[in-house]
Amino acid sequence: MSASTPFALLGNATGIPWEQVPAWPAAEFVQATAKELSRGARLCAWFGVPEGPGACLVAVLAFDADNTLAVGRSSPFSGGYPALTVTHPQAHLFEREVWEQQGLKPEGHPWLKPVRRTNGNGNAPANGEFFRVEGREVHEVAVGPVHAGIIEPGHFRFQCAGEEVLHLEISLGYQHRGVEEALAGGPHRATMSQMETAAGDTTIAHATAHAMVMEALAGTEAPLRAQWLRAIALELERLANHTGDMGALANDVAFLPTASACGKIRGDFLNLTALICGNRFGRGLVRPGGCKHDLESERTVQLVEHLNAALADVEQAVAWFWDAASLRARFENVGTVFPAQAAEIGLVGPAARACGLVRDVRFDHPAGWHRFAQAPVAVWPSGDVFARAKVRSLELQRSGQYLREQLAAPADGDLRTELPSPAPGMFAAALVEGWRGEVCHVALSDDAGRFRRYKIIDPSFHNWTGLALALRGAAISDFPICNKSFNLSYCGVDL
Amino acid sequence: MFVLDTIAHRMKRGCETMAYPKGPPPALPDRHGGALKVDGAKCADGCDVCVPVCPTQAITRPAGKPVALDLGRCIFCAACVEVCPQGAITQTGDHRMAVRYREDLMLGNPGKEEVRLAAALDEKLLRLFGRSLRLRQVSAGGCGACEADTNVLGTIGWDLSRFGIQFVASPRHADGLLITGCVSKNMELALKKTWDAMPSPKIVIAVGACAIAGGPFVGNPESRNGAASIVPVDLHIPGCPPHPLTILEGLLRLLGRLDSTSAPLQRPVLKR
Repeated sequence: MSASTPFALLGNATGIPWEQVPAWPAAEFVQATAKELSRGARLCAWFGVPEGPGACLVAVLAFDADNTLAVGRSSPFSGGYPALTVTHPQAHLFEREVWEQQGLKPEGHPWLKPVRRTNGNGNAPANGEFFRVEGREVHEVAVGPVHAGIIEPGHFRFQCAGEEVLHLEISLGYQHRGVEEALAGGPHRATMSQMETAAGDTTIAHATAHAMVMEALAGTEAPLRAQWLRAIALELERLANHTGDMGALANDVAFLPTASACGKIRGDFLNLTALICGNRFGRGLVRPGGCKHDLESERTVQLVEHLNAALADVEQAVAWFWDAASLRARFENVGTVFPAQAAEIGLVGPAARACGLVRDVRFDHPAGWHRFAQAPVAVWPSGDVFARAKVRSLELQRSGQYLREQLAAPADGDLRTELPSPAPGMFAAALVEGWRGEVCHVALSDDAGRFRRYKIIDPSFHNWTGLALALRGAAISDFPICNKSFNLSYCGVDL
Repeated sequence: MFVLDTIAHRMKRGCETMAYPKGPPPALPDRHGGALKVDGAKCADGCDVCVPVCPTQAITRPAGKPVALDLGRCIFCAACVEVCPQGAITQTGDHRMAVRYREDLMLGNPGKEEVRLAAALDEKLLRLFGRSLRLRQVSAGGCGACEADTNVLGTIGWDLSRFGIQFVASPRHADGLLITGCVSKNMELALKKTWDAMPSPKIVIAVGACAIAGGPFVGNPESRNGAASIVPVDLHIPGCPPHPLTILEGLLRLLGRLDSTSAPLQRPVLKR
């Protein structure tokens, strides 16, 4: 499939000179992209690069079956272009973002409004217009930005007929901290810590993607031992968050044994990351060129001991969960996203795998340590809350097994190399399978080797639409379990 | 038979809530550096190698004066500790670093090498909140880590409610506001409205480097560089994110549940 594409091919975590990226006039570029998407490619990134008075569009595509990425661009232009969203809904949020950031207007976009733009006077984001269902029986429920718990802010607008949700619109942007804007001309001294906090529960995945992009721009890669350690830390991050999610799902249906046990076990996994680098979220571990802290053999022994205990605990807690018929019944056929919908909107991560899509960066686009060691992809077909819980519990087992195997076979050698400065005019892309799904970082260097453009796509950017679709026809009282079953990031989208 | 399983499991595991503060605090990992100590007297003349390595611009070296480190801005990456040739900046391993006043986080001058730990609320507020504090949490540009490690205090290991501290779902029910995040411009209005909706008297707790001073996003045009630009802050808890023990210690200290006269590095004891 990818062999006949006019797009330039590149492997995950590699670079290509910008001048070798093929360019088309805007309308033809949209057509070319649509053609690739129609025959099975996936849109990883779609963004603008300012050039002269206008900007050019860039598409990063993934051919999962061929284990390759592809990149193409339009020639610079300003004004409008025919929207890709019309034929390929997975582009809808990307095109809204490009319109907001570069002013390139996707003509024919069905719902063009800002993603995260500031109102100018310190008010709420300027995305206040909502799709409304009219009718005497219809009522509207508005929730947020501040929610009733310890959770990030975002606004949900439900159109309901009685209990039934006809439509849910999700408006984010409240967490916008200007991460991408701050990267222009970088890397700066705050860049690494901003990458680690782009989505703070996904520190390792974002930091690894950034490090791999930096290494690709410089035409090198991190030493094998660092790649091994990054893979270990990535799975610890997955274990902690999946455990927390299983507990949160149990809590939302008042199944307290699993809820309380998982709350504690999640902390046990976070403490394993802290054992490696001192920080429970992995801050300070991954650096461009390698890792900062080593996992020596004595430390590994300690880690394995605690890991086995935590894995046994979580296996027990999750077994209670699946043993209870009342709980299974509560999750079945609730919040269903159908496989065709999932493919159409470009879901990633456990949410996609819970719709039967075999889609996992660790397997499809192996980079770093995953070129040598992979775990089986966990898939469940039913697309409901049950499936999303099931995929998580399967991944808990497989991540645990993967860690046991990898910890027994460490790579030797240096932990870090001195990174050469980025080559000028290089384009690089890196995908990492974070616990929510595909984390994508893309960088383009300028003539001086600084960032001309840096793009971050958190998996939540693809997946929020999935939550909105899951709620269609569901009862509004099912929103909490649907929401927990996705558990998406707000700041990862808002950046 | 999960009912019997869970009962058997609970009996086997016993009480999983930690002994702290009556007993010792949980052990922290060896690479957790804890609070920093800055001995400005050790600084060599004209040396400022620590200044440019700090990602959050927390360190300054005014001409002719010792180095000044703002622990509120610090994300504890230890880059300054590693680069200092004189050993003027060191890690103490101490989890305690919550303070009442912003200036108590400014380290470096003689007598101000370490943080000046928080004193309890005044008598009137202690009578109101000392044994029952209801908090509203607002994340305003937080990355999810401070939120997660605040949430953790509600789990069985920490069991925050044994101190009478709970998080509530409405500002109308709250005695205090716990803020995380650098306060993005887009959250400014929501944060202000939450504060306005709370009945007086009320307190504000800023958790994490972002909420204290903007953290990694200090100076970004979209960031208000911390909660203090919007509301008055009564307790600052540094960290990126703070360890749950650091947050708990700060809360207990504010409520006078710890002996605030104990010297640094001694184990906190429960006040009877």
